[in-house]
Amino acid sequence: MPEIVDASGLSCPQPVLMTLNRIKALNKGEIEVLVDTETSKENVSRAAQSQGWEVAEVTESATGYRILIKKG
Amino acid sequence: MKDLPVSSDPHLLVGIETSDDAGIYKLSDDVALVQTLDFFTPIVDDPYHFGRIAAANALSDVYAMGGRPMTAMNIVCFPVTDMSKEILKEILRGGLEKIHEAGAVLVGGHSVDDQELKYGLSVTGIVHPEKFLTNQGAKAGDQLILTKPIGTGIIATAVKGKLASQKALEAMIEVCSTLNKKASEVMLKHEAHACTDVTGFGLGGHLLEMARGSHVEIAIHAEKIPIMPEAKEYALMGLIPAGSYATKHFCEHMVEIKPEVETVFTDLVFDPQTSGGLVISIGPDKAGACLKELKGEGSRSAAIIGEIVGPHPKGKLQITYERSLP
Repeated sequence: MPEIVDASGLSCPQPVLMTLNRIKALNKGEIEVLVDTETSKENVSRAAQSQGWEVAEVTESATGYRILIKKG
Repeated sequence: MKDLPVSSDPHLLVGIETSDDAGIYKLSDDVALVQTLDFFTPIVDDPYHFGRIAAANALSDVYAMGGRPMTAMNIVCFPVTDMSKEILKEILRGGLEKIHEAGAVLVGGHSVDDQELKYGLSVTGIVHPEKFLTNQGAKAGDQLILTKPIGTGIIATAVKGKLASQKALEAMIEVCSTLNKKASEVMLKHEAHACTDVTGFGLGGHLLEMARGSHVEIAIHAEKIPIMPEAKEYALMGLIPAGSYATKHFCEHMVEIKPEVETVFTDLVFDPQTSGGLVISIGPDKAGACLKELKGEGSRSAAIIGEIVGPHPKGKLQITYERSLP
């Protein structure tokens, strides 16, 4: 099961900071980030890629986006 | 505003319909008024620097039209009960410093008790009614000069997240508090064709307004655009303000981004700027001398970033990237 970072309701750069902190703590694995704006979706994806993580899946729901990032 | 019946007046030379930086109203055959106002929430924590930046930003609209600021009025929204009056004093001190540097005079202002701090100026300047510049005069073959580096929105987001380095913050403060006064004087001397200042719609948005206003196609070269220290690193980390995505989305159908342009450059091109530089459209025979003089007059980062490709009925912006040879 991926770790979950719930950044819904938070505005940038908060979701990016939370994602970067979790990436630093885990080093590798899977993280699911929940955000509710297009800006946060884009920014969290960039933040993950900048740390060498892959954006494996982005799903859109009524409440926002679920971004699955991973590093092997 | 587009559905509201705004009255017309033969003396109103530039009004709200052309997305220009300031309004221009003719008083006589020699003198026209240039009027503008701008105010916003702090982009830096230091009140004195915020005051300087907000004032430089408001004065810039007059410079972008080739005018000379004469009078300024403070616009203040301040949480009277929650914040020390010393903070307000520092903001106003910073603003006044820039008003004086512009050769203008403070004539008054208005303040409102507001939970969210905001500051800016209403500025009135003068210009010759036949010698002002707008975003409409760009001609095919012109070169485009940008006088300040871009990246304020991204660095301000990094500052908010406490990820910005002291070096990046200081560079941003220096760039944003620099008046566009000298740059405006130099472009007028070299007979520029069109000008606008780069603010909330980012370099890309304001260039597109110029392309639409002048009915031309503009090409810019991403590798030639001056960028503030560390702005590219922060953009790659996802420290991009919502405004950047909104403008990019809004402009999409009028912008052609060549496939070789990395996403980070488009993020930077649409990054909303505060107190950004002037972007000047100038004949190819004058561009070199103008650029040289700009660099000597304080616009050290000024660069030729693109050109006017040719006429285009609706206006178009093209972004390219050319890799340098190894």
